Amino acid sequence: MSVRVALHSPRGSRSFLERGLLLLVMLIFLEGTVLTLGAASSPDISAQDNTGGGDDQRGIEGRHGHANYTKKAFPVLSLDYRHIHVPFEISLWVLLASLMKLGFHLIPRLSSIVPESCLLIVVGLLVGGLIKLAGEEVPPVLDSNLFFLCLLPPIILDAGYFLPIRPFMENIGTILMFAVVGTLWNAFFVGGLLYAVCQIEGTYLSQVELLPCLLFGSIISAVDPVAVLAVFEEIHINELLHILVFGESLLNDAVTVVLYHLFEEYSDAGEVTPMDVVLGVICFLIVSLGGIAVGTIYGILAAFTSRFTSHTRVIEPLFVFVYSYMAYLSAEMFHLSGIMALIACGAVMRPYVEANISHKSHTTVKYFLKMWSSVSETLIFIFLGVATVAGPHAWNWTFVSVTVILCLVSRVIGVVGLTFIINKFRIVKLTTKDQFIVAYGGLRGAIAFSLGYLLDKDLFPMRTMFLTAIITEIFFTVFVQGMTIKPLVDLLAVKKKQEAKRSINEEIHTQFLDHLLTGIEDICGHYGHHHWKDKLNRFNKKYIKKCLIAGERYKEPQLIAFYHKMEFKQAIELVESGGGVKLPSAMPSQVSMQNIQPKKLPPAVAERALPQFTKGREEEIRKILRSNLQKTRQRLRSYNRHTLVADPFEDGWNDFILKKQRMIELEKKMSNYLTVPAAPPDSPTMCRARLASDPNAFYNIKASSDGVPTIQVDLASPQSPDSVNMLNEFSKRGATDQGLGQREGADRDEDQGLMMKPSSAGIEEKGEEGGGNKNPGLMRCLSDPGPSNEDEEDEPFLP
Amino acid sequence: MGTLQSLSDEPEYRELAEKTGFSFEQIGILHKRFKQLSHNENTLRRADLDTIPDLACNPIRTQIIEAFFDKRNFHQNGDGTVEEISFEEFLVVMSHFRPPALNMTEEQREKVRREKLRFLFNMHNTDNDGTITLEEYRHVVEELLSRSGALGKETAKGIADAAMLEVASISMGHMEPDEFYEGITFEHFLKILKDIEIETRMNIRFLNMDTTTLCNTGLPSRE
Repeated sequence: MSVRVALHSPRGSRSFLERGLLLLVMLIFLEGTVLTLGAASSPDISAQDNTGGGDDQRGIEGRHGHANYTKKAFPVLSLDYRHIHVPFEISLWVLLASLMKLGFHLIPRLSSIVPESCLLIVVGLLVGGLIKLAGEEVPPVLDSNLFFLCLLPPIILDAGYFLPIRPFMENIGTILMFAVVGTLWNAFFVGGLLYAVCQIEGTYLSQVELLPCLLFGSIISAVDPVAVLAVFEEIHINELLHILVFGESLLNDAVTVVLYHLFEEYSDAGEVTPMDVVLGVICFLIVSLGGIAVGTIYGILAAFTSRFTSHTRVIEPLFVFVYSYMAYLSAEMFHLSGIMALIACGAVMRPYVEANISHKSHTTVKYFLKMWSSVSETLIFIFLGVATVAGPHAWNWTFVSVTVILCLVSRVIGVVGLTFIINKFRIVKLTTKDQFIVAYGGLRGAIAFSLGYLLDKDLFPMRTMFLTAIITEIFFTVFVQGMTIKPLVDLLAVKKKQEAKRSINEEIHTQFLDHLLTGIEDICGHYGHHHWKDKLNRFNKKYIKKCLIAGERYKEPQLIAFYHKMEFKQAIELVESGGGVKLPSAMPSQVSMQNIQPKKLPPAVAERALPQFTKGREEEIRKILRSNLQKTRQRLRSYNRHTLVADPFEDGWNDFILKKQRMIELEKKMSNYLTVPAAPPDSPTMCRARLASDPNAFYNIKASSDGVPTIQVDLASPQSPDSVNMLNEFSKRGATDQGLGQREGADRDEDQGLMMKPSSAGIEEKGEEGGGNKNPGLMRCLSDPGPSNEDEEDEPFLP
Repeated sequence: MGTLQSLSDEPEYRELAEKTGFSFEQIGILHKRFKQLSHNENTLRRADLDTIPDLACNPIRTQIIEAFFDKRNFHQNGDGTVEEISFEEFLVVMSHFRPPALNMTEEQREKVRREKLRFLFNMHNTDNDGTITLEEYRHVVEELLSRSGALGKETAKGIADAAMLEVASISMGHMEPDEFYEGITFEHFLKILKDIEIETRMNIRFLNMDTTTLCNTGLPSRE
């Protein structure tokens, strides 16, 4: 099929739009065709196989054993689809999902109106329709283990690993109330009332008994984490509401599992005795606590393992993934709550693992998790669409409409009622607006569908009707609620997420507040929230961190760790922006250290001295920083969680880099920034680098006169007026007791960009003994060779 | 003992309730605690607060205790410190940690926020000159890190300097090289901390039920 793409449109945006749409349609056709071809041609191919000589063994035997064998020409080229059809089809689906995602983001207007999940379901419908038209069997994806074992875990692990622990724990009571009591209420309300409706004459539904109805109620009442994540990611709602709905969707898994198994077990018995109810409660406790326990155990194992990985950095991410997956599988093995196990595992291991693994591994873990969860989510929605088309369906107006209405009603009543009770115990009460969003954000998703699909056909003759109702409910919540929640959030002026950079002042005061509130509680005399949190922290610091964190890092208090992290980020940020050339008059000088130091300090420039390093380390630092520089240049901007905007400093980079580049062009005419290279020989790459980027030569090593080679990262203050925050920190410091650097004449005009020069002293940190003081962050960075260092030197090094 | 006492203290409690916003039960409980800490006297001294064992491992306990004896926190426009405080002053200091009411207008919220931040500001600004100087801020950070052992003054200094620089950048924007940033004024303080939503964070739960007997005060228990 030939497609003409109209590229000659005068307005760029329209051609873009056309291109995007055509791309989409093309892709859908392509994928649908290949898939059907693939399915259709396998029987033919296998026939071809036998004669085509694809199987050497059989060919040879045939040649020798057959009496009337006629010699054929040796098969030079043969087609053997059957051989690879399973992985091929899987890859095709994944490719389809990824290309769809690409396509949506090429059409900018569409993704802002319609949430991605809706679009994906529509695509799934189309593909499913195509497959059905071709007469082939739709792969039953959502019923098999594929969903629960392969598609769901990455999403949950991603959510659990990056779960914001602090707001989660602060609201844990509320979340548990909504998850447990709310889901139970929903299940019984919907199930019970449906049964009542079914008993009404004239609906022809009287064969539906109570227990199947309750089972249906329990399947459909659970808020789905995948759907919630997909929709809430795009509306950027404030943290509290986000964590409430999202936390609820995660924690209600235990309730769903128990109710599902309970009703499924007893639906053929026909009744549930009080004994069973008691057993059910016990089961619930075991399922949830057991799941958490399993997750915690695996999390601790992972943390412990990561303590020893300092020599094999390359496989560090693997431990994170494998341990988490094993936690999930182990929990599923015992019919415990796999979701809670995954969440517990990710949340428990994260602080320790992050303290142990290198920066590269950390980035790898982040990227892989985001990638897998993104692909999984896309695939799930597409399959939902495909499965809808596949059927089988049994449409019953009464049942379906009553279901949809009841779900809405029960959700609203549940949320309002529970909030009334919860507000009595909360310090920060939930307002009506909050309640509305919580109620409206209760989306159903693929988990409900899979659970329905897993029902036994014989035990539940009305299974198809259930499935139809579930699908309708899912479609309703995802399409109607998903599409309208964004305008409603704007309309109601619900507080949005604050895109705040975490500043050092806030960090100091957060810690200060923690201690203050703990102290006040102690004075008041009651053991509250803060007291226990403080106790846990102390226990953590004293015992757990010692076991699970490698080296000396466990002693590092949180504030210091935060500070080092920020320094490091700032260093990289400034390097990647190309350093800075000072424009003498154009830009006003920024606030720098001398503005806040009392006047008595000499104006001499004491650089910000990082701990001392050997020459070998210098080289490594340079390599790392340079490689980061190169990669950032090609970074594109994108808009949702799948682009790791969790890192606040990355956001400002692009702006900053653009501004810098503009300025750098301006400054090309100005005097070159070249300081005299000193004695130690530069690597060839350094020379190349300096020549290639003339005004920005900033790798410059000078020999230290003292003989202890150290590196000082002296970072320029930014030239652009509105990039503030930490960048100023790295200009001169008035610390007298740190050895003053050896900056020569020309360099004395401050803020000349990034220079790495040795100087004599370094920061002394008590408690970190041994020859060089080790900045733990840099140590971890340096000790990670990465898979292929050599490649980086070949990349063009241009600003 | 409980009911009889509450009846007899009614009129005083009412006045205190109006002043600080606590409920009667909460005032009753806090009064009991006050008596417990002060060994049944009418005034509380620093030494009494020092004996609380739970407070011993808190890195900023000195500052917390000082805050109770700081006249600026008594809402009477006073200044300086006192050696002992009465129950009323104790309650006024405690009232800084009351959670805001559910339905508040934006201005009331702002007022509450200012009040709480003013409390924090006073805690840092020990010499009461209206600004937090670099030295004072360094002291704060050092205290925070003091319990963590390990790290010395250099890092604390570095952090404090960085924080100060940030405040200066945010508040002042540009400064000439020879200008000097005196210190963090209250307005600057408000500005840099406006994102942490202090009115929701700086609260503790004051109970309406009595649990003070349940915890260890280091004093011989009465029951």
